[in-house]
Formats: sequence, structure tokens, C-alpha cells
Amino acid sequence: MNIVVAIKHIPSIADDLPVKGNNVDFDSVDFVLNEFDEQSIEQAVLVKEATGGTVTVVGVDMIGELDGVLHLALAKGADKAVKITGDDPAADSHQQAKWLAEAIKGMSPNIVFAGVQASNDLDGQIGPMIAAHLDMPYIGGVSSVEVAGDTATVNKEFAGGFGAKYAVSLPMVVGVQASTKPPRYAPISKVRQVAQTATIEKVAPSGESSARLTMKKMAPPVVTGHAEMFTGSSKEVAAKIVDLLKSKGLA
Amino acid sequence: MAAKFEKVKSVEKEHAIVDGVDISGDWNRMFEQRVITEYTPELIEKVADIPGAESFANCYQCAKCIPVCPVDIVGNYGPRKLYRYAQTGMDLTEAPELWLCTTCKNCLRVCPKEVDMIKIMPAAREQAILAGKFVPAELQQAFENTAKTGNPLGQPQRKRDAWIQNAGVTIPIIKDLARPVDVLWYVGSYPSYHPRGIDAASAAARIFSALGIDFAILGREEKDDADSQRLAGEKGLFEMMAESNIATFNNYEWKEMVVTGPHELNAFKNEYPKYGFNRPVSHYTTFLARYLDQLKPLLKHEVNVKITYHDPCYLGRHNGEYEAPRKLLEAIPGVELVEMQRNRENGYCCGGGGGGMWMDSFTAKHTKMRLSEKRAMEAASTGANVLAVACPFEVSRFEDAVKSTGNEHVTVNDILELLDRSMRGEQ
Ligand SMILES: Cc1cc2nc3c(=O)[nH]c(=O)nc-3n(C[C@H](O)[C@H](O)[C@H](O)COP(=O)(O)OP(=O)(O)OC[C@H]3O[C@@H](n4cnc5c(N)ncnc54)[C@H](O)[C@@H]3O)c2cc1C
Ligand code: SF4
Ligand code: SF4
Repeated sequence: MNIVVAIKHIPSIADDLPVKGNNVDFDSVDFVLNEFDEQSIEQAVLVKEATGGTVTVVGVDMIGELDGVLHLALAKGADKAVKITGDDPAADSHQQAKWLAEAIKGMSPNIVFAGVQASNDLDGQIGPMIAAHLDMPYIGGVSSVEVAGDTATVNKEFAGGFGAKYAVSLPMVVGVQASTKPPRYAPISKVRQVAQTATIEKVAPSGESSARLTMKKMAPPVVTGHAEMFTGSSKEVAAKIVDLLKSKGLA
Repeated sequence: MAAKFEKVKSVEKEHAIVDGVDISGDWNRMFEQRVITEYTPELIEKVADIPGAESFANCYQCAKCIPVCPVDIVGNYGPRKLYRYAQTGMDLTEAPELWLCTTCKNCLRVCPKEVDMIKIMPAAREQAILAGKFVPAELQQAFENTAKTGNPLGQPQRKRDAWIQNAGVTIPIIKDLARPVDVLWYVGSYPSYHPRGIDAASAAARIFSALGIDFAILGREEKDDADSQRLAGEKGLFEMMAESNIATFNNYEWKEMVVTGPHELNAFKNEYPKYGFNRPVSHYTTFLARYLDQLKPLLKHEVNVKITYHDPCYLGRHNGEYEAPRKLLEAIPGVELVEMQRNRENGYCCGGGGGGMWMDSFTAKHTKMRLSEKRAMEAASTGANVLAVACPFEVSRFEDAVKSTGNEHVTVNDILELLDRSMRGEQ
């Protein structure tokens, strides 16, 4: 069974997020694994443990920092790592999805995992677009996957606490919201050991596709407005809140 | 009066004569076939085979360690018992027992065979973590936070120096100062982020300023020392943080380093030297005790409280500092200092060491009460109304513990806060 996971590195928000020109100043930020991809790696490894096979992680190296998250994925149980040498920090989701789809095609995947979205651009389109390029079915918002033979049983979450269970013929693309079990811990010793020994396969980007959107401006949010703190006894405060809600037509 | 037991009649079976002396003993069961219980040494060897954990096999079951083990006092634990459990079928690398030791070092203090839990635990835990075995979820979270954000609380690195705004004195950041300083003050994660830790850090800043000490902090460049993560088994994480911190420390010129916390002291004094960092470091109590003559005139206001002082394991047993904290407390006018029964070398662990700080709910499931609760009760039983501490892990632990044991009348304060109160009066 060939299991493929598309993973993305995004700027860490533990530090300041400096802006340079019309994008993040990529040279002065650290990069971390997109948190939904931690879920999809775990889900992929769980499927591998249940059915056998190999997990290949693949990502677009847009600024030469992808190795760190590929090593993390290998330490968490992936078997192979591939990076597409995109080297274009401004490549949009459409372009990245095309590059990923072209690279994944050659891996003859039985199942492809993607995180449901990345926390930097919140675009959420990579999974569906890969599926479209590969002509495979796609289900997103998934919270568990089980594979038996040629069929995957997939739980998808809907708003309002509803869920649905699908049986899908493989191959398919899954957008993972949460894995069946919480992501396992990759000890730093193991990550460092992997970093010294692992080989990462490099693939040149192939295929053109773009949403033809241009980023005009990026800026930190402007702090506006103010909070009014009500003071007084709890009864007085409650009365003031009720007045405020009424004045806004909310009560 | 008839004897309660009839004396067993001895039967002489054999004679042994050595150098003309008959040394034959009475017949006893030693001469008969006995039922021998075979214990498999495999699970003991499994632990002792891990590099660093060899001394596990030294135990000869004398049990000196049991009455001093803080976990045994609220549960069923200690090196002797772990050895026995391993002998009777427990695989330490998979058992909950692997995570209960706080590395407090009280057992090593008394063990005739130098069974060293301070080395055994990190080694066995590391192996369990590397093998993907059970790791308490809370601990895993603290590891991940440390790796991602540079501190176990998961707070953003960019906010590490946010606390200095409200300290009431100028706190220079060494990068901005751009000149050598006498003292590099390593603040630590809890004093930088935890509200009660910030109280102690702010007090320290005011005391250093009042003493005219030429100090600076690292601000956003400071990262967690990660010593407790090391003791909890994450050596790789510790090494990563140590390399980063040592590079930062060496970027600047300073004469000595002062740390707020005993765990940082242990890291920089005893562990970082293995990675090439060899510079003078002291805990703030040791440092301030040197300034006692200048400090005393500043302590103008009476603080009329009865204080009992809790020895942090990593300041006391691990690093031998028992007197400086007491000297500082005794220097405060109005203070009456009383001792708990377990003090100094035999101080009772708060439960926060060795990763215990991040395994509170897990440990609680395997003990009758929290270690911090046991200690809070001991503190209350002295009649003290203040429990003084010198470790940033302890304020929040003990504040919860005095509440949960119905001892709210005992206030928990860092020594720094008490000195500051005496310096400035009640605020
Ligand atoms: C857990 C364990 C299991 C063992 N299993 C076995 C086994 O299966 N087979 C085997 O052969 N051996 C075994 N031994 C070893 C053996 O039982 C003892 O080591 C040995 O019998 C004690 O002899 P010793 O001369 O070394 O005693 P020591 O330990 O030197 O002395 C013991 C006695 O001498 C007294 N004493 C000590 N110093 C003085 C002094 N200065 N003045 C007066 N009295 C003193 C002590 O109070 C004590 O009563 C075991 C030991 C242990 C701890
Ligand atoms: S004190 Fe040492 S030798 Fe004695 S039981 Fe404890 S660990 Fe074993
Ligand atoms: S180090 Fe402390 S907690 Fe651990 S076994 Fe020894 S006495 Fe008990």
C-alpha cells in the first residue's frame, strides 16, 4: 500500500511575524510543521500500521527550510521523504497543488493525505486540487480513516455535531481534520538522529497552474477600538450589559 | 507456668570438626530440601543494561531508601520497591512507576549501594520515549511546547520579556545595552510567564536595582534550561536547548550569572559544562546572601509573620545550599523562622522535579495525595502562616496545595517577595 502525505512548513508564530514588502519576511522567521499535517501524518502512520505499506511525505520547499519538517515526519513514522524544489516563497496554492500532484502521480498512491488547511493562508484548497489533478475522489474534514482491501471507511465531520461515515474506493485523497488518535510524540533525539542519517529525495517542480492572484499588501492587524470595563456591583454591571445589548438591537 | 510454645526438639544429624573443634550446629531446615523461589533477573537486567541505569542492579534490598522517598510517603514507591517489582514481573520501561520519581535524590543520600535514581530515571525514560512507549500526555505537551516555543508553558517567545514593563524599575536587556555587565540574570520560564513567577521576578529586579547591581537579562533570547525535561527523559530536547542557550550566553560579556530557579542552577552548573559552558553561576539566594550587609539596611519594614522554609531539592540536596535562604529570611525584621520536621538534607520534595511539574494529574492517579499537599500540611502543622520558597515551580504548586488541604491561612511566598515587602512595606 502506497500512502502519501502532503505536508507544509509554515512560519512559526512563537516569534514576531515581520513583514517585508508584501509578504512575511521569510528570512527572519522560524518554520514549523502545519498543525493539521501533524494529524494527517499520524493518520497515515496508523493506516500503515494496520495494513502495511510505506508512508511517503512530500512537500514544496519554498524557501529552503523544508528539511526540518520532513525529518520530523520521518521521526514520527514516515518511511520516505520527498521535496519539490519550488524555491518560490510566493507560489500560490494552485501552483503548489499542481507541483504536488505531478510529483505524487509517479508514486502510484493508494491513498493521499493532506491536512484540511494550513494555518498560514487558511486556503484549504490543496487537498481538493490534488484530487482534481489526479482524478481521484476527495473527502475533507475527516476525523478517522480505516482501510480494508480497496476500500477506505472515512468519518467526516459536519457542523452542528453531525458526522457521516463514507465507504470510498481507493485511490482517494483525504483532507484530515483530526487523526483517530492524537499525534504521537517524536523525541528530539530521534529527530536529530534522523536529520543526520535520512536522505531526502529531490524532485524538480513540474506543471504550471496559478490562481493569478497577486498579493498587493500585507500588514499586521491595526489595533483599533477599545474595551470598556463596566464597574460596580454584579447587579449594576448586569444592568449595564442589558442596556448595551438593547442599544445595539440585540436584546 | 507452661511455656506458650513447646521447644522444638533438636536432632543432631552430623558432626563437623575443624581443627579439633566440633562446630556442628543443631539440625535446622538449612539441611533439608527447601522450596526455592526462582525470580527472573531479566527485568532487572533490562533496566540495568541501559547506559546510565547500571546501578539499578546494585540494590540489596536493605530498604533504607523507602522511609525517605517522598513518593512512598504518599504511595508505594522507592528504589527498593522498584527493584522488587522488576523481580516479580514489572517492566519499568512500560509501567506507570517509570514516571513517579521526582529525582529528589533523598534515596541516593542514604543508599549504601549508590543506587542512583538521578541517572537511572532519565536513562530508562529516554529509552521508553525513544521506543514509542507510554508517555504521560501532559509531559508530552510540555516537551512539545519547549521544542516549539522555547518554554514548557507554550507561551510565545516574543512575550518572554513582556513582564518587565510592570516591574517598576528599569530592567536592561543585554542586547540593547550593548556593553559588558557584572551580572547576567537568567530569569527562567516560570518567572517570565507565570503570574506568580512574574511577582517574584519583579521583586528580584527591584532588589537588584536597590542594591545597585549592574545587571541585565537576555529578554527574548532566553530559552528554557530544559534540565527537568532531561530528567524526564528528553535528552535530545535538552541538548538542543543547551546548545542554543550556551551560544546566547557566549554572545555577551558578563562576569557572573544569577538564576532565579534551582533547576536552572543545576542545569548551568552541573550539566551545561558537559557541553562546553563553564562559567560562574549562582542561585539568587547564594548571590544575595553575599550582599547581606548592604541588603539589611534596605529591609526597613517589619514583616510580622511566622515563616517556615521549604528546601527545594535542586537547591539543597542537589547543590548543597541550605543556609543562604535561611540567612535572607532571618535578615527580615519581624520574621520568626520555624522549621518543618523534614528539612535541609531530609527536605520533602514538592513533587515538581524530574518532570513532575508537568505530570500532576498523572501522578495524582498513582498516589494517595499530591506531594505538594503533604508538604503543605507539614508546613501548616508548624503553625507558620507563611510558607517561603526559593524555586519558581513551587509557588503555584503550594498555592493549590494549601487550598486543597484546607490551609488557606498559610500564604505561599518566594523569598524574593518577602525581601521586597520588607524593602517597600505593604503595597
Ligand atoms: C539480599 C542478600 C542476599 C544474600 N544472599 C546470599 C546467598 O544466597 N548465599 C550466600 O552465601 N550469601 C548471601 N548473602 C550474603 C551473606 O548472607 C552475607 O553477606 C554474609 O553472611 C554476611 O557476612 P559478613 O561477614 O560479610 O557480615 P558483615 O556484614 O560484615 O557483618 C554482619 C554482622 O556482623 C555484625 N558486625 C559488623 N561489624 C561489627 C563490629 N565491628 N563489631 C561487632 N559486630 C559487628 C553486624 O552487626 C552483623 O550482625 C546475601 C546477602 C544479602 C544482603
Ligand atoms: S537503599 Fe539502596 S540498596 Fe537499600 S533498598 Fe534502597 S536502593 Fe536498595
Ligand atoms: S529520587 Fe526521590 S522520588 Fe525518586 S525514588 Fe529516590 S527518594 Fe523516591
